[in-house]
Amino acid sequence: MAANPMTQFEVYRIGPEIKIGAFDISFTNASLFMVVSSLAILLIFNLGSKKNSMLPNKIQLLAELSYTFVSKMISDTAGSKAKPYFAFIFSLFMFVLFCNMFGMIPYTFTVTSHIIVTFVLAAFIFIGVTIIGFIKHGFGYLKLFVPSGVPIVLLPLIVVIEIISYLSRPISLSVRLFANMMAGHTMMKVFGGFVISLGIVGGWLPLTFSVALTGLEILVAFLQAYVFAILTCIYLNDALNLHH
Amino acid sequence: MIKKFFFQLVFLYLFFSKEVFAAESGGMPQLDPEFWVSQVFWLTLVFGTLYIVLSKLILPKISANLELRKSQIQENIEAADNQRKDSELKLKEYDDIISKSKLESKNFFNDTREKTLKTINVKRDLLEKQIDEEIKKAENEIDQLRKSAPQKINKIAIETSSEILKNLIGTEINNSSISAIVDDLFKKNGSKYYGN
Repeated sequence: MAANPMTQFEVYRIGPEIKIGAFDISFTNASLFMVVSSLAILLIFNLGSKKNSMLPNKIQLLAELSYTFVSKMISDTAGSKAKPYFAFIFSLFMFVLFCNMFGMIPYTFTVTSHIIVTFVLAAFIFIGVTIIGFIKHGFGYLKLFVPSGVPIVLLPLIVVIEIISYLSRPISLSVRLFANMMAGHTMMKVFGGFVISLGIVGGWLPLTFSVALTGLEILVAFLQAYVFAILTCIYLNDALNLHH
Repeated sequence: MIKKFFFQLVFLYLFFSKEVFAAESGGMPQLDPEFWVSQVFWLTLVFGTLYIVLSKLILPKISANLELRKSQIQENIEAADNQRKDSELKLKEYDDIISKSKLESKNFFNDTREKTLKTINVKRDLLEKQIDEEIKKAENEIDQLRKSAPQKINKIAIETSSEILKNLIGTEINNSSISAIVDDLFKKNGSKYYGN
């Protein structure tokens, strides 16, 4: 039992050290929970799509509700042009959701509480969206930085602000998820520590908080996955339907 | 009870645990770049695999299932609609048949009534004619009887009078004189006796 609330975020090697050139790509606990989350997703959705009965059973219903949920989310925010990116956003949403949720089980590792993981996802989305934007609109995509109906005097300032806000997208996207996950888990750990240090006499109060926080964290786990996916949709919408 | 005991045990164990108060070390492990490459590598591998499997194998199946169910439901709705229309048509047909047969039966009833009335009238006319004839015959007979009645009565009166006179007087009296008297009386009071 570790007392430091940050110990839960430590990555350690499982099995032998694997190196490619100068890079260490050993299998770690983070890799393990990525694999576990993915396998859980594949298992659930494979079971949910195996046989098509007119009256779906629970797991099929779960799979189909998730499908329609993500599909509706995409069509609401990015329109019908975003159909080809459905599979990616669905995988993204499910991956983040399952990593967050697996992190809620005690003694597990939360993949999404690491800035490098969320940053790689966000950077991939950012680069992908930018490429899609330039493919769809050519250099016209740069009009994104020039909002219509702005006085010419303000235009240089606005363009600079727009460019900064566009470039900060991957950072805000990744830090939002990472910080939420880390803060929640740290807080739970701290309250758990209070339970221990106050013992059987006074530990009940932080224990109550801890229970409440668990509920809140499950909500946050879902919400952050949803926010991550919907922001991806919004960025995609900017690239597909240039409105500015 | 056992649960409570277990909790207490855990709490006591944790209470005496020295590690609880262990010192902090190192700050955020997230900022330690030791496993960054590993995490990026495994994330790319795992997420890539997940994306490929989901997009190529699983999501098309779910989509097909949903489409199939949707089309099936649509088909069922259409079939139900068609059947409803069919039944409405049948109901209309049935109503038509009912009203038609009602009309027919009414016509038939009227026809029959008219026919029967006709035959009844014909028969009644015939009967009335016969009755009239009979009545006429009877009236004729009565008339004849009435016409012949005074002569006969006169005759009877003459004969009776002569008979009575014979018995009273004892001699025969000439019938002609009696008949003259009777004729005279008949002429005088005939209308009184046989008033027409």
